[in-house]
Amino acid sequence: MNEQLDNTGRNQAWRVALRTRLKNRERVDIARVRMPQLPPHERVCYQNREVNLGLDTDSARREASRCMDCIEPTCMAGCPVNIQIPLFIKQIDNGDFLAAAQTLKQTSALPAVCGRVCPQEKQCEAGCFYTLKLKKEPVAIGYLEQFAADWERNAGKTSIPQVAAPNGLKVAATGSGPASLAFAGDMAKLGYEVTVFEALHEFGGVLKYGIPEFRLPNSIVDAELDNLRQMGVRFEKNFIVGKLMSFEALKEEGYSAFFVGSGAGLPRFMNISGESANGILSSNEYLTRVNLMHADNAGYDTPVLRGKRVAVIGGGNTAMDSVRTALRLGADKAMLVYRRSREEMPARIEEVLHAEEEGVEFMLLVTPVAYLSDADGRVCAMRLRPMELGAPDASGRRKPVEKVGADFDVPVDLVIVAVGVSPNPLIPAALSGLKTTALGTIEVNPDTMQSSIPEIFAGGDIVRGGATVILAMGDGRRAAAGMHKFLSEKYLTT
Amino acid sequence: MALYFPHIAIFAAFMANNMYQIVATEQFSEKVYKYVVRAPRIARARKAGHFIILRVDENGERIPLTVAAADPVAGTVTLVVQETGVSSAKLCALKAGDHILDMVGPLGQATRIRQVGTVLACGGGVGVAPLLPIVEAFKKAGNRVVCVLAARSKELIILENEIRQWSDEVLIMTDDGSYGEKGVVTAGAEKIISREKIDECIVIGPAIMMKFTSLLTKQYGIPTQASLNAIMVDGTGMCGACRVSVDGKIRFTCIDGPEFDAHKVDFDELLRRLGGYKHLEQAAFQEYLTHQPQA
Repeated sequence: MNEQLDNTGRNQAWRVALRTRLKNRERVDIARVRMPQLPPHERVCYQNREVNLGLDTDSARREASRCMDCIEPTCMAGCPVNIQIPLFIKQIDNGDFLAAAQTLKQTSALPAVCGRVCPQEKQCEAGCFYTLKLKKEPVAIGYLEQFAADWERNAGKTSIPQVAAPNGLKVAATGSGPASLAFAGDMAKLGYEVTVFEALHEFGGVLKYGIPEFRLPNSIVDAELDNLRQMGVRFEKNFIVGKLMSFEALKEEGYSAFFVGSGAGLPRFMNISGESANGILSSNEYLTRVNLMHADNAGYDTPVLRGKRVAVIGGGNTAMDSVRTALRLGADKAMLVYRRSREEMPARIEEVLHAEEEGVEFMLLVTPVAYLSDADGRVCAMRLRPMELGAPDASGRRKPVEKVGADFDVPVDLVIVAVGVSPNPLIPAALSGLKTTALGTIEVNPDTMQSSIPEIFAGGDIVRGGATVILAMGDGRRAAAGMHKFLSEKYLTT
Repeated sequence: MALYFPHIAIFAAFMANNMYQIVATEQFSEKVYKYVVRAPRIARARKAGHFIILRVDENGERIPLTVAAADPVAGTVTLVVQETGVSSAKLCALKAGDHILDMVGPLGQATRIRQVGTVLACGGGVGVAPLLPIVEAFKKAGNRVVCVLAARSKELIILENEIRQWSDEVLIMTDDGSYGEKGVVTAGAEKIISREKIDECIVIGPAIMMKFTSLLTKQYGIPTQASLNAIMVDGTGMCGACRVSVDGKIRFTCIDGPEFDAHKVDFDELLRRLGGYKHLEQAAFQEYLTHQPQA
C-alpha cells in the first residue's frame, strides 16, 4: 500500500520527469484543447446522440501536459470530493490512462458521469493556476476526467473494486440516483449487503429521467449500475420505501440502517395566471416523458407535446436540457426565458454555449407574469415583464426587480417551467419523528449525514433541496462512512 | 475469500420479486375488463383509495389504476380497466397467465375512513371499481352506506353484486333506462339526499359526473370527496402532470390525492387538462387499431 502511495507522490521520478520535460513557458503556450463535437445542425436531429465526442489519446495527453503539477494544487480545493486532480492528469500525461481512471475512482464514484455533468468552470477549473494567475483558459479537467473514465470502460478494463468479506449486516438505499449509487458502492466495498430500492421502473434517478442522452448517454449510467451489481449490490425497482413496506417492516427483514437519497421530487410552478393551461408543463414532466418514457420515439406509447414555438422558463441545467430537447423534438423556435442576465445563469457554461450554437433564443431579464390560452385551453401566448437587476440577494446574485408597465406578449404553443424543485415528501411523510427543515429537506449532521433518527442517513437533493450530481455523490460517500462508523460501533465491535 | 459474487441469488430474487402474473380475467362489457394480478406485497400494503401504476411492456405508458380489491392471503390485487387508447388496449389484450412488466404501489393517500353515520357513494362507469373498497371500508367502519351506480346502459353497470355485499341500499341509474331507473347519477343522488340525512358523500367516475355530483351535494352542504383521474406520468410527485387546483392551490393528485374535497376542486380545469393529450392519443389509437389483426 505504501509503495503504491509513494509511486503516486509529486516527487516520484516519473512526475519530476514530466515537469522537467517541458519548460513552463512552453507549457502555458499550448492552447486549451477543443472538445470535438457533433456539428450543431446535425446534433439537433438526435435526442440520443452525445454532443461531446470525447478527446482522443493524443489530444488528451497534450491537454494533460498543460497542467503544471502545482505544489499546492488550488484546483483540488474546488472539487467537492477532493479528487487527486494533478495526479490523474499527470497519469494521463504519462500515458497511463488506466492508472488515471483508478485515481479518479478512489474519490469519485461516477467519474464518467461527473466528467460530463459537473460545473467544472465553477469548481476545479475555477481554481486552476491558469485561471487564477495566468488569466488563461484552465486545463480542461472535466474533459480529462471524462477521457480517463471512458478509456477504462471502452478498453474493457473496468476494474471491479475489491469487496470485503460479508460482515453480515444489511443496509438499504432508497432512490437510485447519484447519492444512493455512491453510497451503495462504498458500503458494498466495506462488506455490507446493500439493496437499492427505486420507485420507478429504471435505475439511475435523475441521471436517467432528468439528464438527456445528448449530454449523458444511458449506456454510461448502465455501465456504472453493472459495476455495482458485480460488487453484489442488489437493485429493486418499483419499490417505494414507506409505501410498499415501512421502514419498520424492512428492519424486521434484517435491514440495520437506511440511506435516503430520494431526491428533489416536487416541481415548482410560479402560480401565475393561466399556468394550468394545457401545454404548460414542468421540466420534470417534459424530460421524464422523453428520457424515461422515450416519448420522442415512435415505438413507445407515451405521448409528448411537440411545440413549434417553445418557451422554457429558467436558467439552470434543467432549463437548458429542456430547451435543447424541444429543438430536437422539432421546435421552430426554442426560447429560454430567464429573469436575470446571462452572468447569473446557474447552468453549466458549456450547456449555455451548446444551446446557443444550436439556435436557442435567449430572452434575458424578462419573466412571465401570465399565460393566455386558445379556445381549446392550450397555451397560445406568454405575457412577459421586463426585469432589471438590483442589489445582490441571499444567493449573491443581483436580485431581479420587475419593471411595471412594459409587459408584452409572445406567441408560444408549449411552455416548460424549469424554476426548481422542492424535496419529495414521500419519505419524510413515512417517518414520524424525522426532523425536516421548513423547506421540507431532511436535517442531517453534515459530517456523518445522520438524521434525527439514528439509523436513517440521507443525502443529495432530499437534504440540499437542489444541487449537483457531484455534491449528491459526495453526500452518499460521507453517509456511507458515517453509517459504517455508526453500525461498527453498534454491531461489529466487542 | 475476499470476493463475494452472489449473482445467482440476486437473479433468482429479482425474478421472484418482479413478476406480475395475471391469474384471472373477466370481461365486464365490450370494453371493460377485470384483472386479478399477483402482486403479494402490494396486496398486503394497499388500503382503500390507493392506486398503482403499471407498465404493460417495455414500450408501454405508465398507467395509473385504482386498486378495486386485494387479497393479502392469495397475494393478488384486482384492477378494472376500460379500453380507451393504445395503452389500455394493450392491457386489455392480456390473458390469464400473461405477465405485466412493472407495477408500483400502493400510491396516493388512502381514503379517510371513519364512522360518520350515513355515507352516499356514487360511482359512474368504471369508477365503480375504485369505489368498491371504499364502500367496503365505510361499511366495516359501522356506517350506513347507500350507493348510486350509474352508467350509459345495463351492460356498463359493473360490480353490482360486490357493491351490494357492502351496501345497505343500491340504486342503479342508466342513461337509456335499460336497467334500474332512467336518468343520470345526480337524479339518483338527489332522490336519496331528499329522502334521508347524508353525512358524507364519495363520488368516483368521469370528471364531468363528479363535477355535477359535487355541485349537487354542495347545495345540500354534504361533505364530499372525489377521487380524481388526472393524467399522470411517474405517480410519485415528481412530474406535476397530475396537478389540480383545490381551493385555488396547486395540489398533486398522485401524492396529495387522489381524493380531494370535491367542493374545492376546479373540475373545469381538470376536464380541460384531461383533454390535453387527446389529439395525440386518438391518432396513436387509430394507428394501433389499423395494425391489429382483424378478428
